Amino acid sequence: MNPPVPKQTETITLDGKEITFTEGETIYEIAERHRKEIPTLCYDPRLEAFGGCRLCVVEVEGSRNPVASCTTQATPGMVVRTGTDEIEKYRKTLLEMVASENRELDVNSLRGYASQELTALVDRYEARTGRFIGAQSGTSNTDDKNPFILRDYDLCISCYRCVRVCAEQEGDYAISVMNRGFHTQITTEFNGELRDSACTFCGQCVQTCPTGALADKKAMRAVDRPGEIEKTRTICPYCGVGCSIDLLTKADRIVGIHPAMDGPANEGALCVKGQFAFDFVHHPDRLTTPLVRGEDSELHEASWDEALDRAAGGFRQVNEKHGRHSVYGVASGRAPSEAAYLMQKFIRVGFGTNYIDNCSRA
Amino acid sequence: MSNPLVDMEKPDVIFCIGTNMTECHPVAATRLKKAIAGGAKLIVADPRRIGLAEMSDLYLPLRVGSDVALLLGMAHVIAREGLIDQDFIENRTTDSDGFLEHLVEFTPTWAEEISGVPAKDIETAAKWYGESGKAAIYYTLGITEHICGVDNVQSLCNLALMTGNIGREGTGINPMRGQNNIQGAGDSGALPNNYPGFQSVMDPANRAKFRELYGREIDLDKGITKVTALDLCGEEIRAMLIDGENTLLSDPDRAHCEHALKSLDHLVVIDIFLTDTAELADVVLPATAFGETDGVCANTERRVQRVRAAVPPPGEAKPDWWIICELAKRLGLTGFDFSEPQQVFNELCSVSPIYAGLDWERIENSEYQWPVPDKDHPGTPRLHEEEFVNGRGIFSIVRYRDPAETISDDFPVWLTTGRRLQSYHTRTQTGRAQGIDYLLSEEALEVNPADVEGWGLRDGGWCELSSVRGSVKVKVKSTNRSPRGTVFASFSFSDVPVNILTGSGYDPITETAELKVCPVRVEPTDEPSLGYNTYTIT
Repeated sequence: MNPPVPKQTETITLDGKEITFTEGETIYEIAERHRKEIPTLCYDPRLEAFGGCRLCVVEVEGSRNPVASCTTQATPGMVVRTGTDEIEKYRKTLLEMVASENRELDVNSLRGYASQELTALVDRYEARTGRFIGAQSGTSNTDDKNPFILRDYDLCISCYRCVRVCAEQEGDYAISVMNRGFHTQITTEFNGELRDSACTFCGQCVQTCPTGALADKKAMRAVDRPGEIEKTRTICPYCGVGCSIDLLTKADRIVGIHPAMDGPANEGALCVKGQFAFDFVHHPDRLTTPLVRGEDSELHEASWDEALDRAAGGFRQVNEKHGRHSVYGVASGRAPSEAAYLMQKFIRVGFGTNYIDNCSRA
Repeated sequence: MSNPLVDMEKPDVIFCIGTNMTECHPVAATRLKKAIAGGAKLIVADPRRIGLAEMSDLYLPLRVGSDVALLLGMAHVIAREGLIDQDFIENRTTDSDGFLEHLVEFTPTWAEEISGVPAKDIETAAKWYGESGKAAIYYTLGITEHICGVDNVQSLCNLALMTGNIGREGTGINPMRGQNNIQGAGDSGALPNNYPGFQSVMDPANRAKFRELYGREIDLDKGITKVTALDLCGEEIRAMLIDGENTLLSDPDRAHCEHALKSLDHLVVIDIFLTDTAELADVVLPATAFGETDGVCANTERRVQRVRAAVPPPGEAKPDWWIICELAKRLGLTGFDFSEPQQVFNELCSVSPIYAGLDWERIENSEYQWPVPDKDHPGTPRLHEEEFVNGRGIFSIVRYRDPAETISDDFPVWLTTGRRLQSYHTRTQTGRAQGIDYLLSEEALEVNPADVEGWGLRDGGWCELSSVRGSVKVKVKSTNRSPRGTVFASFSFSDVPVNILTGSGYDPITETAELKVCPVRVEPTDEPSLGYNTYTIT
């Protein structure tokens, strides 16, 4: 049973065009639908609108001041202009001020999924003017020894996305905001290290941070690795939830993980394992050649031909000597379905039995 | 899961039993947290005061292995209070009369005696679940890893059937699957009782179908489970092919398991690391890993999704499908001439009714949840909406049984086992990911502070944990997560192989091991010196 489709009968005028909307929709959401590129820094579509950064302001006829489009719900008959000269000038000034608070603007994209948002906006508005030379806000907490999350608050712009994603998306409430204005500081309870807080190291704060103030320490190990960053969509290798992720690779090496915001199972969420426990793939313990037990009872490296002959030969001998019910197959719950399908086919075609199982019983 | 993951944000009442979701399925748990923030009530039944219990509106701390008693007590209250959905029972179910009669004797007071959960809380839980318009059940291995695992699941089904909490948004009976493709492995026919797509091997029509497809007569009898196969190693079973499972650490009764695998004439293991299990093999074949393999997985909500290769494998490692095909060809088998994984997946779709509408191209965007019976079908996010697979929902007459072993003077403490957030299974992967050790570097037995004192232990000190089958030395962690008389350890660390201790019994139908219940003795001991064997086998 599908929920009833809300009626779309009311309209607003958006940049001179009459547009229908659904009750409860904000101006920002309507504008997004119509591909208006309204700039934001504090907005994450998964979170409650916050209205903190003021970049998304638009002109609404009848309002004395520009209004934040992310927190303003559309009302019938509203006349909205999203990109007047005055609004754009206001946005540029705002970005100049935001930029003046930070140590640097150009951060490596390996810092996190959203880390380029401020840089991109500053460039779009040509706001690298240095017009304001003000105090810098935020104090980095780089002595936090955790191996996953860099807390480089010199780059913090107080958008609170990290605090909100931790509370609203994760339900962990591990971090909060201390002080106001230039003294604003993102902190844990008692201002300690993340490990001693309610933090589960899911990395969501890193991935939503628009400036790279919170950064993926593991991915950043590959900053100097030569090569372009490529993205490949796949599924997390751990539990059965099946979170969609984008593998970040550089010169044939997995260097990091981005959560897939459009992943149907996770909608951008991940846990500590999916976010950070990927590097087992390149561990030196990986098996790189087949191994065959020798007459000395030890395992020795062997060629594929040698190993496959030995493996197949063993099954043939056992089958001949003890009959077809003497061979058993265990399929993996970790390998893809092609492996499981062929395992059952191997047993059923090879021996005519149903002596096949997977690892779901223990 | 009967319902999709998005439904987790929609129930009015959520009943979690035997699931430590915030640690084992953390991303799914974020959806429950949103439901709770939106006003849903959470009932949690678990022997341990886990994270979910802390956020619950009603916590039912049941004794390990007493789930059936608790659930019968709840069903009794639902029936007594007239909270049953009469329309649903009449239109969608069968055998309700006998079931409702059966419930009369199982009062909450009776359930309290067995489970330790106060009768008044059983009453409240039953009323919340029964009165709700949309109540959903979530469970994991805390329900299935018992000698009465099937009884536990059927008890949950009874609750859903009697209240009509199935086949609608925000309801359902939802087991959370534990491994990335454990659903897909079953879907693909790697089961002793089913061909691909859960087609029974005991149905002659299916046998004829696969004779045609595979060109070989296959037994009409179902096969034996892995558990039975391990029991028969060295006797009926002489050779095994194991793909990607560290059986030795993950299965109960390690001594038995090790003996079984060693007694084989021939063991071939396909894996990405030289696991404890692979070390016993005659031939070890190196497989490609996550990020190196193109293929398909199915998740806990039956969603069929592509996994993709992004980097080349190390050395000569090969995809599992290639390895199995090469083995088959060397045995002269036909039907293994595949050159790409999509050919394998498309063949699976062609023989499986639940995948019949799928192929490699159609699953590109992860849109489909099976069953997808034909190419025009949109997939099935929610099962049992119009009718059940077998027509009508069947009430099961279930009775409480004690666990295979119960506490005694020699073994007076309940041990229960599971996973932790930061480590996965036997740590073949998370143990080799940098940084995880910073969060969790060693195993520790969780013991209630009063028991730490009562048993002469010390927080951070060592203890010897013994069952009938052996003993293990492990550090002690004093915590209120464990109730008095019950201790917990994960099975992740190979230097604390708690599965030496477990393995008291198996569910007679699924042959799933009772990994959640094991009577033990806990005694203080000295810290083992470096290199000292931390475990002994009786």
